[in-house]
Amino acid sequence: MQNENMETTQRNIMHFDPKAHEIALSTEDLRVFYGQSEAISEGDLQFERYKISSLIGPSGSGKSTFLRSLNRMNDRIATVKGKIMYRGLDINSDEVDVYEMRRHIGMVFQRPNPFAKSIYENIAFALRQRGLNDKHKLDEIVETSLRQAAMWDQVKDDLNKSALALSGGQQQRLCIARAIAVKPDILLLDEPASALDPVSTSQVEDTLLELKQNYTIIIVTHNMQQASRISDYTAFFNLGKVLEYAETGDIFTNPKVDLTNDYISGNFG
Amino acid sequence: MDKIRASLLKKSVASKIERRGKIISLSCLALIILVVFLIFYFVASRGLATFFQNHINLWSFLSGIQWNPGTLGTNGQPAVGALPMIVGSFLITICSALLATPFAIGTAVFMTEISPRRGARILRPVTELLVGIPSVVYGFIGLQVVVPFVRNTFGGSGYGILSGTFVLFVMILPTVTSMSADALNAVPRYYREASLALGATRWQTIYKVVLRAAIPGMLTAVVFGMARAFGEALAVQMVIGNATLLPHNLVSPASTLTSILTMGIGNTVMGSLQNNALWSLAMILLLMSLFFNLVIRYIGRKGKLNNER
Amino acid sequence: MNAKRADKLATGILYAVAALVVIILVALLGYILVQGVPEISWHFLTSPALAFEAGGGIGIQLFNSFYLLILALVISLPISLGAGIYLNEYASKNTITGLIRTTIEILSSLPSVVVGLFGYLFFVVQFKLGFSILSGAFALTVFNLPILTRSIEEALANIPDSQREAGYALGLSRWETVTKIVVPAALPSIITGVVLSAGRIFGEAAALIYTAGQSAPALDFSNWNPFDISSPLSPLRPAETLAVHIWKINSEGIMPDAKAVSAGASAVLIIAVLLFNFLARWLGKRLYKHLTAE
Ligand SMILES: Nc1ncnc2c1ncn2[C@@H]1O[C@H](COP(=O)(O)OP(=O)(O)OP(=O)(O)O)[C@@H](O)[C@H]1O
Ligand SMILES: [Mg+2]
Repeated sequence: MQNENMETTQRNIMHFDPKAHEIALSTEDLRVFYGQSEAISEGDLQFERYKISSLIGPSGSGKSTFLRSLNRMNDRIATVKGKIMYRGLDINSDEVDVYEMRRHIGMVFQRPNPFAKSIYENIAFALRQRGLNDKHKLDEIVETSLRQAAMWDQVKDDLNKSALALSGGQQQRLCIARAIAVKPDILLLDEPASALDPVSTSQVEDTLLELKQNYTIIIVTHNMQQASRISDYTAFFNLGKVLEYAETGDIFTNPKVDLTNDYISGNFG
Repeated sequence: MDKIRASLLKKSVASKIERRGKIISLSCLALIILVVFLIFYFVASRGLATFFQNHINLWSFLSGIQWNPGTLGTNGQPAVGALPMIVGSFLITICSALLATPFAIGTAVFMTEISPRRGARILRPVTELLVGIPSVVYGFIGLQVVVPFVRNTFGGSGYGILSGTFVLFVMILPTVTSMSADALNAVPRYYREASLALGATRWQTIYKVVLRAAIPGMLTAVVFGMARAFGEALAVQMVIGNATLLPHNLVSPASTLTSILTMGIGNTVMGSLQNNALWSLAMILLLMSLFFNLVIRYIGRKGKLNNER
Repeated sequence: MNAKRADKLATGILYAVAALVVIILVALLGYILVQGVPEISWHFLTSPALAFEAGGGIGIQLFNSFYLLILALVISLPISLGAGIYLNEYASKNTITGLIRTTIEILSSLPSVVVGLFGYLFFVVQFKLGFSILSGAFALTVFNLPILTRSIEEALANIPDSQREAGYALGLSRWETVTKIVVPAALPSIITGVVLSAGRIFGEAAALIYTAGQSAPALDFSNWNPFDISSPLSPLRPAETLAVHIWKINSEGIMPDAKAVSAGASAVLIIAVLLFNFLARWLGKRLYKHLTAE
């Protein structure tokens, strides 16, 4: 039984042919522990460049834990074992500068978390911190980031207003704008639309589809339609393991694992 | 050449800033810790000199009743008996705590259980404000109001333990009250609801349930008040009379560790026995402050255990 | 006695106790204000004290109090901020951190007279600063550090981790995130803590009588060169503060109008403490609004 499980797991996880696909980020034998308890026990995934990959699975299956390990957000919270390869380097190794790495692997969180600063400052702040002080340049980046996050028209006259005065949906899009303003290579999003209304959700989805041209996107979502609408690849998580990883079309029309089928058809549990 | 890869391998500005920041903040913390050790070291090095350099017997220091360090006592030894001050300090601390506790707890119960609205609107701000009143102001009022009152009511000069007790009573009252109120507020609402639902009256609920659950917190409040009373210097010094005699009664002039310290340090020569003996008093103060701290910790830990059960 | 009667009786007693306490506390405030406020005049607030005759003021003492307060805050704020940041953001939850917290708590519970005596040994004697503004400011710093550190630590702990994560995810270091994001967000409560501690410092006397000294030499208010001993800014001159002055004239008993002067000075102290209190609340609210809205 145990053995059989292992085998099916291996078979149902897609691996790319390195000649045909450029791999932006990959994990090998990833295991994550909170103290003694293991939250991720098997994680072996590759993410293709300039594609959207979504992570789905029931609550508590370890999607957030997995995602947060990808840019070392879990550093002081959890123990991470195994490899996370980015540009030929294991991001957990000592030679990699964690702050520099996070500039290239950005993240947007489930609950919007704008800084208690103005809308403009929310975006400009990190750039200025890294030495960009050219007002003209900053203005430009603020504008393009907000445009990409589909909220420029709503806030262009209120840039000096506190970001905390925005609505939840606007705050979340501001957070996306803030994340892309530093021009990351990979963007990690943890249920970014769960606090948004349908209109803002579809705006965010459009944003992501547009960003795909320049960014590798990995997104956690509970929304099956969303996953099938926007993502190229989908990974199904259960109990800390990746049970299935395939092209989104395949996984939604022809899942190989019964549990995946149950989950996406809503018969889970 | 992969530019991003190269940048990952270089030490970033952020990590340099991080290093520096961590060192800066750690040094600030280390400085504070150093200060504490310096305080203990300096006070102890002077305070112990009485025993090691001047060879005063520790027991005769603690139990002697004559204090006049420049001269010899009736037994031919230097007169460095600290008992009058020790007794004075303990007496006013205990008396003022005994007096303040019922008032403080009563008021705290009133403002949390009987009339929370008035409690929050009037009592809470007033007590919190009074916590901040400088101790010399208490001393001044003690001198103007309490001392004449004691003199006219109980006779004597008016200076003494009783006046000190009254002044400290008013002084620690706000602190003990507001800390007790915090302790009562921390008792979960459903304790009260459960008790009232069982048909208990409000007073039964307060007495049998709420007060009982808040005991550790209120004890902490009282010990905190006692620590403050024990360490208070100027307000007490102004009304106690500062006679280094064992108090015969509550209305004769007496003294405390703090009052003799404030009076004496400036009038003695560094390194002399008179001076060292004063530092020994300071050391007792320091140790007592540690002791109160330990008691508060102990109560806190006990309280936690009880709640977990 | 049945339960209903006991309930009534207890309630009555509690009302009486609370009323009595309010009366005591209000009488206390009332006494100081009634006795003291009539003494306050422009002359009283600005002219120097007279030792042997009536009619002196508290001008120099008032100035000294504020000068010492500002110096003490300027020294203790950055140190407390650093220590508070380390405790809340860097320190891991282990025994050593626990010991450090205990040590700081011990410092905050030391009687202020002990702090003053240490200041005397260390700053006045050891470092030969004499009875001076500097010695006093350092003693007040020692007195203030644990309280301020504690309140800053608490203020920082109240800022949700999501704010920190937002900073880390942008590639900012922990230090940048804390100093540029968390501290500004915690500023309202930090300021409240600072102003409240200012009230305590302002009324402190026991820590000062053997550090800043008990004399207030005449100052030349047209001379703002800090290196000149008669300048108000000179850090090496002795500086009796308002609180110390009240204690001094009452224990010496040579000033003929000591009672009136003490009453006036006490009222000034109380009013200052009240103002610090209101200021703390007002500033805290104001800044909070500023951060969350416009
Ligand atoms: N900070 C933490 N400390 C301890 N355990 C944690 C922590 N965060 C998550 N866990 C545990 O790890 C497991 C995986 O949690 P995780 O948040 O990764 O799940 P998830 O798939 O993101 O769930 P959801 O869909 O509800 O967001 C859960 O059992 C959770 O209880
Ligand atoms: Mg999650």
